[in-house]
Amino acid sequence: MSLTRSVSMRLMAATAGLLALPAAHADWQLNLPPGVTEISRQIYDLHMLVLWVCVVIGALVFAAMAYALVAFRKKDGVKPATWSHSTTAEIIWTVIPVFILVALAVPSARTLVFIEDTRDSELTIKITGYQWKWNYAYVDRGYDFYSALAQTSNVARQKGSGVDPFAVDHYLLEVDRPLVIPAGVKIRYLLTSNDVNHAWWVQAFGVKRDAIPGYINDGWFKVDEPGTYRGQCAELCGKDHGFMPVVVEVLPKDEFEAWLAAQKAGTQLAAGTVSGTATAGS
Amino acid sequence: MSATTHAHTHDHDHGPPKGLMRWVTTTNHKDIGTLYLIFALVMLFVGGGMALVVRAELFQPGIQFVNPDFFNQMTTIHALVMVFGMIMPAFAGFANWMIPMMIGAPDMALPRLNNWSFWLLPFAATMLIGTIFMPGGGPAAGWTLYPPLSLQAGDSFPFSIFAIHLLGISSIMASINIIVTILNMRAPGMTLMKMPLFVWTWLITAYLLIGAMPVLAGGVTMLLTDQFFGTSFFQAAGGGDPVLYQHIFWFFGHPEVYIIILPAFGIISQIIPTFSRKPLFGYDSMVYATAAIGFLSYIVWAHHMFTVGMPLAGELFFMLSTMLISVPTGVKIFNWLSTMWRGSLTFETPMLFAVGFLFMFSIGGFTGLMMALAPVDFQYHDTYFIVAHFHYVLVPGALFAALGGAYYWLPKWTGHMYDETLGKWHFWLSTIFVNLLFFPQHFLGLAGMPRRIPDYATQFADWNMWSSIGGFGFGLSQLLFVWVVIKCARGGARATARVWDQPNGLEWTVPSPAPYHTFEQAPDVK
Repeated sequence: MSLTRSVSMRLMAATAGLLALPAAHADWQLNLPPGVTEISRQIYDLHMLVLWVCVVIGALVFAAMAYALVAFRKKDGVKPATWSHSTTAEIIWTVIPVFILVALAVPSARTLVFIEDTRDSELTIKITGYQWKWNYAYVDRGYDFYSALAQTSNVARQKGSGVDPFAVDHYLLEVDRPLVIPAGVKIRYLLTSNDVNHAWWVQAFGVKRDAIPGYINDGWFKVDEPGTYRGQCAELCGKDHGFMPVVVEVLPKDEFEAWLAAQKAGTQLAAGTVSGTATAGS
Repeated sequence: MSATTHAHTHDHDHGPPKGLMRWVTTTNHKDIGTLYLIFALVMLFVGGGMALVVRAELFQPGIQFVNPDFFNQMTTIHALVMVFGMIMPAFAGFANWMIPMMIGAPDMALPRLNNWSFWLLPFAATMLIGTIFMPGGGPAAGWTLYPPLSLQAGDSFPFSIFAIHLLGISSIMASINIIVTILNMRAPGMTLMKMPLFVWTWLITAYLLIGAMPVLAGGVTMLLTDQFFGTSFFQAAGGGDPVLYQHIFWFFGHPEVYIIILPAFGIISQIIPTFSRKPLFGYDSMVYATAAIGFLSYIVWAHHMFTVGMPLAGELFFMLSTMLISVPTGVKIFNWLSTMWRGSLTFETPMLFAVGFLFMFSIGGFTGLMMALAPVDFQYHDTYFIVAHFHYVLVPGALFAALGGAYYWLPKWTGHMYDETLGKWHFWLSTIFVNLLFFPQHFLGLAGMPRRIPDYATQFADWNMWSSIGGFGFGLSQLLFVWVVIKCARGGARATARVWDQPNGLEWTVPSPAPYHTFEQAPDVK
């Protein structure tokens, strides 16, 4: 009853959203967000480039198709032509796409080289996937912890829980203990798994990499803006694949150091309150 | 000649035997083609039903109907059924019916093999679907069956592997038959470069199948021995390599993509010239483009694995080779467009589906080019953007080509015209709903929704709701197709031999419905 009501209300809201300005509503997000790292911004630029290339080619080809569908109709008495090839035309539409591809390949290769360059990192974090949680280890600093779906989401997501997902803060995108990293530091991540394949993905960072047992993948990111960023496991890893989110809290460098020292000292304070304390203390 | 001596000893007006045994024992290419097509249609609804379970669960956030594990079984078996049980058998059905009639052959070269390759299918599919009812449920690791996850399966594991083997054997036998038929049984004068394009695309597809299916069989057999015989091909703990499986799988999996789409290209290349009343533009380059796609399909597989963590050189190679595929694919689109250019177009249902294919397959092609760029694929990979991409090439792509082909040749098969009004309704409903179903999934993927999840964060709720409405609309619209086919099989306006205004090809020289035996005397091909 309440379910059907909420469905019909959402349907109405959705219809209204479609009729009004879809993009204006946060829920009607259409495009890839640019993200907050240099990697994600480069990826975004590349995405927009190839998207516009496709839109322009698509507009030209679809316009030609639409013209043909309208202009060459038998009922308008059009007599069919009899030609069936044109070497010039065929050479043109083989060669031009090659040039377009080269124009796309060059920036793509450049970005790829940039993404794969893990040199000069200042902090290494080893991320291990488990069914169904993550382990984060600050390998040079001798500290690690597990991060799993927050209890509020875990209760709500059970079949027949009766909890409205819309009433849960960050439904399915909240964890008990987020990964905490310093802002403005080039971080190298090492990625592996303890059981099946997983993939660690934070869209805002432009980072998605598989966690595979027996393999250690690496990559890097550098986040300048403190804040909380959310992602999810992106490789099917069993029944709770949809329920192992990634949450990263980016703190100013000194707050991060204070947080890590407090954790290592065995203080059982939650990351959120620590960041408050650290700010007050400094 | 043997054909003429044969004619003396047998009464040639005899029809097929009656009853069930006709279909069980048949070696007639038309009967077997019909069996394949009916089987594919049944599987469309079986696999479609599973997709609707998925879409019902995703209609709104929260878990309403099925447990996450059953959800994963649905996505996995939906994909396996649709790929191996629906679209491949559908095109095999077209091949059986049309290739002998298009090249002027009396039947397929290996009729008993033909019977067997069909009759493996219902048993394999039943076993595959039956795994749902076994302890631990059916396969739930996705249709790619990546280890180590796939090795966590329940008792059903060997059954699903065996079903895949049977489906593969069926495909390989059908391919051998098609190659032998095309290379040996063409009527005098039917040179390779005079063959209808549908025959060409199937010839290349058959070679792709023979190259790719044994690789899949090897890969899944290694899964089986890892599970039951203590090997460690893919188990890191025993010195094995989980990524090796992914390479093996996609070395099969990428040619498989073209195994599905090339026959669709073939059907579109038959339909568009007929309703444009103009010969196919650039026949030679169409053949070469098909061959080029076939070749490239073998050297691009790791673009499914950009996030696996390859060396930079590997990522660059697979990125560039993948981008190259858009050249021959573009040639095909341009050639179809040029075929229509300055033609004299009419829009019967087959042509509507072909034009729909042209537009919507192109959308899938564009997103394909986008995800070829490895850095951007890091963001697209394993999201709904990918789901949208491959469903655009498979549903309004391959499936629309099959539906268009069915309307195109139904009058030849049944001897009756189908109901044109209902056919048009079917096309328009399918087109509207398929776009409502899949287009919003682009947005979901770009906004960050991963694929293969039974529940999602609330910001994805609105587009998922629309997508589910599209899914149910599309599924129900296909019931209309069943009605059209039944109606057409039972009666309707009599079809002439040529059926259409200006069709091209030998199949239009025999009466409608096509007699049980055609071209016992080879036709003259000029």
